[in-house]
Amino acid sequence: MSIDISDYLVPDGVVLGCDAVDANEVIGLLADHLRKAAIVKSTYGAAVISREAIMPTGLPLGDGFAVAVPHTDPEHVISSGVAMATLSRPVMFGSMDDPDKKIPVSVVFELALRSKDEQIEMLTAIGQLLQDEGRLRRLSSASSTEEVTSILNSKH
Amino acid sequence: MSDKKIVLVACGTAVATSTVVANSIEEEMSARGIEVETRQCKVTEVPSLVDGVDLVVSTTPLPSNLPKPAIVTLAFLTGIGRDQEIEKIADILTGKAAGAH
Repeated sequence: MSIDISDYLVPDGVVLGCDAVDANEVIGLLADHLRKAAIVKSTYGAAVISREAIMPTGLPLGDGFAVAVPHTDPEHVISSGVAMATLSRPVMFGSMDDPDKKIPVSVVFELALRSKDEQIEMLTAIGQLLQDEGRLRRLSSASSTEEVTSILNSKH
Repeated sequence: MSDKKIVLVACGTAVATSTVVANSIEEEMSARGIEVETRQCKVTEVPSLVDGVDLVVSTTPLPSNLPKPAIVTLAFLTGIGRDQEIEKIADILTGKAAGAH
């Protein structure tokens, strides 16, 4: 099984140039979009925020660029989907390998996945994206959902 | 006794992240002819499972004073420093490096 991020991307859950000032605001905003799209339950947003406080999901990529993949348990998810935000100004997330270290995140993938296999495959797909700096940079400055989908699909 | 080395792979919840890391380690060590078995756990379970393993690899902070070599790395997710981490793991498993305790 191999999955593409774009297959899971919830169109109404793509927020480009988001002006959130902190991690909780962007997590809450994406959770709202996922809830309106009936992807997650009303308990999802708070659950993601509390998990992020204990087990942060920031992934530093060097040059002060970082991505975060906030998520929570499947019990808060109705059907699988992914929301995404690019930040107009990076917001600070804890680093996964050191929660005390705060890193400036420019792109957020908020994951709402039902099964363990989907979580593993999504993390693998995101890992491949993170290792493709050109694609990631273009993604962080994308100006439409169509552009995001096309960048996510433009694998080498 | 088999030469198979055991790597304990830990992440926050032992669901997805540790699987991605474990798969990478198995693949890379097998490519180097190093036989490994990976076991996955939550980071909180490491102290009770560390006996009988050769190395601990985690994506989140580990308790200090583990009696075995231990590596905390995001390299298998982000790709940053991946080659160096693979070399380090191979060296520890083949006894070329003592590793950080």
